[in-house]
Parts: sequence; structure tokens; C-alpha cells
Amino acid sequence: MELYKLTIHEANKLLSNREISAKQLAESVLKRIEEIEGKVNAFNTITAEEALKNADAIDKLIQQGEEISPLAGIPMGVKDNICTSGIKTTCSSKMLENFVPPYDATVIERLNTHNAILVGKLNMDEFAMGSSTENSAFKNTRNPWSLERVPGGSSGGSAASVIAGQALFSLGSDTGGSIRQPAAFCGLVGLKPTYGRVSRYGLVALASSFDVVGPITKDVTDCAIVLNVIAGRDVKDVTTADKPVDDYRTALKDDVKGMKIGIPKGFLDKGLDSEVRTSIHQAIKLYEKLGAELIEIDLPHAEYALPVYYIIACAEASSSLARYDGIRYGYRADDYDDLEELYKKTRSQAFGSEVKRRIMLGNFVIGADYYEDYYLKALKVRTLIREDYAKAFEKVDVILSPTTPTSAFKIGEKREPMDMYLSDIYTVPVNIAGLPAISIPCGFDANGLPIGLQLIGDLFEEKKLLQAAYTFEQNTDYHKKEPIL
Amino acid sequence: MKVSIEDVELVAHQSQLILSEDEKEKAIQDLTSILEYADKLSELNTDDVEPTIQVLPIVDVFREDEIRPSMDREVIMQNAPHATEDSFIVPKIVE
Amino acid sequence: MKYEVVIGLEVHAELSTQTKLLCGCAAEFVREPNTHCCPGCLAMPGTLPRINKRAVEYAIKAGLALNCDISEYSRMDRKHYFYPDLAKAYQVTQHYQPLCKNGYLDIETDDGVRRIGITQIHLEEDAGKLIHDQYETESLVDYNRSGVPLIEIVSEPDLRSPEEGRIFLETIKSILQYIEVSDCKMEEGSLRCDVNVSVRPKGQKEYGVRSEMKNLNSFRAAHRAMEYEVKRHIDILEQGGEILRETRRWDDNMGKSFPMRTKEEANDYRYFPDADIVPMYIDRDWVARLKKEMPELPSERRDRYVRDYGLPEYDAGVLTSSKYLAEYFEECIRLYDNPKNVSNWVMGDILRITKEKDIEHEDIPIQAEQLVGLLKLVDEGIISGSIGKSVLEEMFDTGKDADTIVEAKGLRQISDQDALLDIILKVMEDNPQSVEDYLSGKKKAMGYLVGQTMRATKGKANPQMVNKILKEKLDELKKE
Repeated sequence: MELYKLTIHEANKLLSNREISAKQLAESVLKRIEEIEGKVNAFNTITAEEALKNADAIDKLIQQGEEISPLAGIPMGVKDNICTSGIKTTCSSKMLENFVPPYDATVIERLNTHNAILVGKLNMDEFAMGSSTENSAFKNTRNPWSLERVPGGSSGGSAASVIAGQALFSLGSDTGGSIRQPAAFCGLVGLKPTYGRVSRYGLVALASSFDVVGPITKDVTDCAIVLNVIAGRDVKDVTTADKPVDDYRTALKDDVKGMKIGIPKGFLDKGLDSEVRTSIHQAIKLYEKLGAELIEIDLPHAEYALPVYYIIACAEASSSLARYDGIRYGYRADDYDDLEELYKKTRSQAFGSEVKRRIMLGNFVIGADYYEDYYLKALKVRTLIREDYAKAFEKVDVILSPTTPTSAFKIGEKREPMDMYLSDIYTVPVNIAGLPAISIPCGFDANGLPIGLQLIGDLFEEKKLLQAAYTFEQNTDYHKKEPIL
Repeated sequence: MKVSIEDVELVAHQSQLILSEDEKEKAIQDLTSILEYADKLSELNTDDVEPTIQVLPIVDVFREDEIRPSMDREVIMQNAPHATEDSFIVPKIVE
Repeated sequence: MKYEVVIGLEVHAELSTQTKLLCGCAAEFVREPNTHCCPGCLAMPGTLPRINKRAVEYAIKAGLALNCDISEYSRMDRKHYFYPDLAKAYQVTQHYQPLCKNGYLDIETDDGVRRIGITQIHLEEDAGKLIHDQYETESLVDYNRSGVPLIEIVSEPDLRSPEEGRIFLETIKSILQYIEVSDCKMEEGSLRCDVNVSVRPKGQKEYGVRSEMKNLNSFRAAHRAMEYEVKRHIDILEQGGEILRETRRWDDNMGKSFPMRTKEEANDYRYFPDADIVPMYIDRDWVARLKKEMPELPSERRDRYVRDYGLPEYDAGVLTSSKYLAEYFEECIRLYDNPKNVSNWVMGDILRITKEKDIEHEDIPIQAEQLVGLLKLVDEGIISGSIGKSVLEEMFDTGKDADTIVEAKGLRQISDQDALLDIILKVMEDNPQSVEDYLSGKKKAMGYLVGQTMRATKGKANPQMVNKILKEKLDELKKE
């Protein structure tokens, strides 16, 4: 078996037993990148040399008999909006095309401490705005299951690289579904942790009150392993929760007997693809068979989630992206006569159309004339949506829904922004409420494209999610399928 | 709501963006369709609802007033597109 | 027509914390550009703010000193505008939920005490600095000041003259120094103010249209700007003109204000809450503790000087008008138990010289022990009071002790009986007419002879002794 096909936990076993070396593993992954990157286009930067050097160092540790972390020597890819010291962090934008941060994100610091090996930085929608990775300023990443299709987004490179064997796992970021949707489109496990469970320090801000970093992995066990390392309070991010971190692997039990699974009323009625509906129904039946209790729940304000999300997220984004002015770092226009021209030309030339659209929408809704009707209104409806979930979690342990209304669509298929926004309909409400959610593979459609199942938990109930997801995985084979490239 | 050309021009200026005439047209359409969708929110009575700014009830996280070393100027300025050895350069500002 | 002046002020004071508001970089003033910066100061992507607790504490202290309600719930907002010194293109400030509200400040004017309302005090970060004069076509940006904590104190439009405005500013400065939250060094830009001026016909209820001038960095400039604007408004109204609601720039060199070229839309700062910073619930115990620790304020100290040292109200007011001056005074009387004498010297020559030389109170070059040394020389008759004054001038210039100056210049009083006798006899011999006059009953002639003796000794003769000896000698002649 090719080493790049291993999961984290399989590779860790082989490394610990010295059956393989970290160098062999890294070489296998780097070779795979070399072979298929021309088809997949997942990477903005490949750090092969550094990766091999780090692998050597880890092999020395292993030879010295040191006990190693479950992530030691594991090749990983990182979404290109997570800062890596001395390595370009571009956000797939012309604005940051040559930006080299002199600091690491906290999640990178933690993964480095655990000796995970960075193999490269992954393509994404520019500044994480999008659901297909088509908004990258550099290239379209392709879905390894069908190269004419999108891998999802915004963490498209993160998902495509893992399913293609170019990394054993990756980090993504999720503001409105950007981990779960690409994980679903690529047949992977993607976890959006509770807001504040994982530090945002060094994650380039899209929307401060929604953003969270999370893993994209080949199975649920790997997901728990990565979460163990990245979760926890960070003094550099005052919005992280001061709550102890569980050992998430203790949640990996094949058991949902008595677990209460909520099915939102009306969620499976309209607006979704029939094959997705069928797969979700089968998943529900499987849970029932395994002893879970299914309870219909009501989320009456769910239909307002998309406008609430776009108003608040764009307001926050317009503010977070105001700093890109061509003065301290990043792109700067060549010719300008005065300061205003420097600003305007720099920003107009270096931001893509989706970024401009959202910045303008954001500035519009926080303008003095519209603040109350749009921005403040959205903050209030955000409260109603949170309350819906709080009520639901009085009755159920997890909530089940599709991750996306359809499987992966074709590159260039969705041209109107509203069309694209609607593909986030199942994922966005979760970010509004800050809840944890996981997407796991639950089937394939007639085109051989993966379908994702989303499980949503109450705040900080990642363990319940992982247990429900693990049980599903133990009783299905979807996660074992591989695309042919 | 329907967005006007004046709205788009104002918000483009606030965003420090230059839009071509075509881009302005497109922006009117896009913003109008998103905001018309957003007008759905006005169906809801939210008079007695508190806004949610953050989802977690975290409060009072302060830093002690203790100096931490700043970063070397050379490092902090290495990404500057236009600078002297010690300062960032911008076009002359006339007030 | 008679007009009433309406002025409101916004005072920005840099807080004297060790570190900046949102990161651990040193907040101190430093000349070398961009050396007190971290990725956060430069708004690099992914960096996050962490609020300095002491800055919050200082803002609360200012609120207590200015009789404000301290909010139980407060949070930070973002104020958006593009300018090169504002790295994030938004300033972290407080718009919706400031820390302190509804206060007041009593100021002493010639017409008695006036109570000026304080709308609010809020916490915010400073911007960096632009350097315009180094290059012909370009400006430079230094972010050392980016993120230094400030408080903004907003007054109600309760001030009725530029003079009241000036007194308000002086009083605020004094209070902030007393409670040790700001060093208020204007030359380093740590105290700045914005002024809002309008006028209305006396008796009219509605306010007139106001103009605003931002970033005045000296009290003198603020005072002149207020006077200029008041006059400009009245002139316009007198000529039947209309005042524009606008922001104007004060040019202190020209002594004029000019309209700024700002677009209307630039005034929409698009404030909204900063989701990177968590809200503050200001603990009541914390406030109570700060209240208890609050040092003596200027007005309390003034009353104490009158009560305990028997100083005139006016003198006590001057001495306590700045913390540094009051501390100087107290240091002196710790070493020298004659408050009235110290007060006379400080109120008189010391303040005269600091004013002439334009020296800040904190920079008086004569240490308290040095001044006391001088006073003792006078008390002990080693030098006369008038020589003392000239010694003081020299102490200002050289920083030397009074002793050293007196010795080096041979200013010691001549108190030697025999030496003085010789000089006096010589003076009597040279001025027989005056001696004759005295003997014939013209007492005035005595003064002339004393003056001549002092002159002969270049002022160093002990005047009491001169008087005594001269009188003895003249009286001896009388008997003969």
C-alpha cells in the first residue's frame, strides 16, 4: 500500500513501531504531490525541502526512543489563510501574494510542538469568501472525484489535497461552512469546532464572530486526534473559552443507543437534490437501527439564517479587510498621484470581485443610515436563531441534516452570487449560533460524487458529535472509497 | 431595498474601491438582490430582542500592563512595499 | 446684538501606562521610528487585540475624578476611516457603551465657580505619526504611537467663553496629573483637544451652528482658536451671513482657521462593536477600591493649604494648580518649616522665572533642597534678600547650589563690626553735608548715608548692622 493513503492513526502506529520512517512517509506524500498536483491544483506553496528536513529530525527522535505525539511525522497541509512564520500566507489573493508573516498562528505553533510536518499551503477562495475555491486569485482547485467539478470552498484546497493523498490531513477555516462543505464535496470528515474552542490568532480574519479553525481528515478518529492538539484556550485570543479540553478520542465509541437525534422539521422537503435526500434518509434509518432515538425538532427562524449571516459576516469582513491599503505589507499599486489614488488603485487592483462585493455590502449595512434596519436587526435575529437551537438541545443530543443541498457542482456553473450563497443554507445557521458541527461521508450519487451528512452539537459538545459520527463510520464504508486520479 | 447608483458610488468610496460603469451596474444588481433577500428580516418583530454580538458569554479578559519585547524593525518592515530604512512611505499628504 | 458663546471641548489624553492598549509593546514616547511595534501595531493579518487592564483602570479613575457614573457594562467599538497613521483603518474606541458617563467639573472663574457637564469619558487607541517635512513629495509613517491608550473626555456645550475653555483645559490637565493617569506632556502630543464653537443671540434657546477644530496640541493654540472662531462667527452673523456646519483646521502660525477639504461621507465612521474584544463588566468592588485609593484632588489640596498653612486662598490656588508645583512646595516645607516664606518665593520669583523662561513646572531646575538652602542663607543673614533674588536667577541658569554661588562670587554679607565701621567712617567723611543735615534734625539724611554704605560694599553689607553702627556714630557726634 502506498504510504500517502494512510490515515493519521495508521501512520502513527507504523512510525511508533518503526515499520516506516517519517522520511519515507514524507517522501511518499511529496511524490504524490508531484505526480498529481498538475491535475488537482490544491497548493499555493509546497514546502518540500523543509518537510524532508523536519522528517529527518523526527526520525532521530524516534530512533532515540522518544515517545512521539500521534501527529509526529504526519504530513499536513494548511489553508493559506493561516499564518506560517517565514512561509507565504496569501489568502489566495493578489493582495497578499508575497506576504510572509513573521509569526505563526497559534494552531501552527501547537502542531509544530507535536511535530506534525507541513508540506504546503492550500488554495482557497480569496479571503475565504466563496463556496467553490473558484474565487482564488491564482487557480481553480479541482475535485479529485471529478476534475471538472469544484472541490467546494472556501477550504477547497484543504479538502482536495487530503482526498487526493497530498497530505494525511489538513487545516481549514469555517465561517459559514467552509470546512464542512468541501469535506462533503470531497468525501471527507470535516469538523467545525465550537466558536472559541480553537484559537483564531494568526487566522486571517474574515468575520471575527464566526471564524473558527478545524481539521479535514480521512476519518473520525483522525479528526479527534487533530482536535486534541489544536483545541484549548489561547491567551492571544481573548474570545477562546477557558474550558478544559477533553481527550476527544474517548468519544470514539461505536454506540448510539439511546442517543437523541433531532431532525429539523421541513429541512428535507425542498431545495435539495433528490439523491442527497435519499442518502440522508438512509443515514437516519441507519441511526434508528443502531438504537438512536429520532426526534423531530423545530427551528422556526432557520429561514432567516442566510440574510443574517451575510449581513453580519460582510459587515465584519468589510472592517477586517480595511487594513489592506498598500502601506505596511501586501500589494501596492504602481502609479498614483495622491493618497486616495494609492488606496483606491491598490484595493481595486488586488481584490477580486467577490471580495469587493462583500466589502461593499458590509460597508453598506453598517452605514449610519442602514445600521439599525440591517446590521442591528441581523444581530437581533441572530439571538432568535441561537434561542431556537438552545431550545432544541433541551430535547436532543445532536441535530442531523444534509451538509449541502447538492453534491459538487461543475466549475463555472454557478455565476450569480445568490446562487452560490444558497449552497450554504445548511451550514450557515451553525456559525450564527457558534455551535460545533461535523460533516461525514454518507453516500455517493449517480455521478459517483460524495454526499455529506452534517451533525450539529450544542456548544462544546464535540464529543457527542464525534461519537455519533464514529458510530456511523463504523457501520458504513463510504469513508474507505478513493477517487481514481 | 433597491440600491441606487448614488448608494453604490458612496459605498465604493467608503470601501476605497474604483468601479467601472459596468461594475457599478453589476453592483446595483448584486446588492439589490442580496438586500431584497435581507428585507425578509423585517417580517420579524425584534423590539424586545437583545442583539448577539458574540455567542459565548466571555467577559473581562484583560492583559496585565507588562511590557513584552517589540519585534525587530527589520523583521516587522520586511513586507513593506515602499519604505525607507526606518519608516513606511506614503504620498505627501496635503491637508 | 449681544451674543452668547457656546463651547464644548473634547480632550484626548494619553494614559501613562507601561504598555499599549491592545498589545504588550512599550507605550513610552520614543524618537527612533517603528521600534516599539509588533505585528499587531502594524495591523498584520491574523493578529488580535488584548485589552490592557491598567488602561481601563485609569479611565475609571478619570471618571471618578470627574464625578462620572462608571458603567457596569462597557465594550469597545470600531471607528472606520482610512488614513496612513491608522494601521487597521479603524480605531478601537467606545461609541455605544463608554466606560464613564454623566459627570461634571467645577471650574473657578472670575465670576465664581461654574459647573461644566462631562458627557462621557471613553477609552481608545492612539494612531501612529506622519512625518511630512523629510521629503518633498512623500510623507513617512511611524507606528510607535499606534495603539497607545488614550482617554477622550467630552464636555457638554457648557462653556461660555474662550477663557472658560482655557480654565477647563488647565483644570482637566491638573486633575489628570494629580490622579497620575497621564503626564499630559503637550510637546510629546500626549494631550490634545478638539473644540466645538458656536454663538447665539443672548436669550435664544437653540444652539447656533457650530464649527469644529480638531487636534489642537497646545492650550495656547486652543485658546486662540476659540477666540478666533467666536469672533469669526459673530462677524459673519453681524454681516447677515450664514455659518456652515464644518470641520476647520487651525493654523497657529497664521492665527487663522481654514475649512478642511473633507467630503461629507467621510463623516460616516460606520461604528460597530468589535467582536475581537470581549465586553467588560466593571466590578463594583473594583470601582470602590479605586475610589478609596483616589489621591487628593487639586481643590482638596488648596483647601488644606489655606487651613493648615494659613496661605491666602489665591496663593493656595496657584500652588495647587499643578501637581508638580504642589509637590515642589511640599517637598520644600518638609525640609524647612516656614510655609509662608516658601510660598512667597515660589509664587514670586520662581513662577516669574519659569514663565519668562517658558519652563514647565515639572522641569524647574532647582531642587527643593537647593531652594531651601537659599532661604536659609537669607534667614541667617549670610546674604540679603535682594542678593538672594539674583542668586536664584543664577541657580536657574547653572543649577548650582546657593552656597557655591555666594562663595564663588563673594556675595557673603559683610557683618564684621570693624570692617563696617571703617567703611561707614569713610562714607561720613565723604558726605559731610548729609552728616550735618542729620545732626540738624533731618532724619532723612540717614537713609542716604545707609544707601551710600551699601553702594560702597556692592550691596553686601548687612543692612541691619549698617543702620545700627551709623546711628551710633551719628548720635556720638550729636552729643559732642
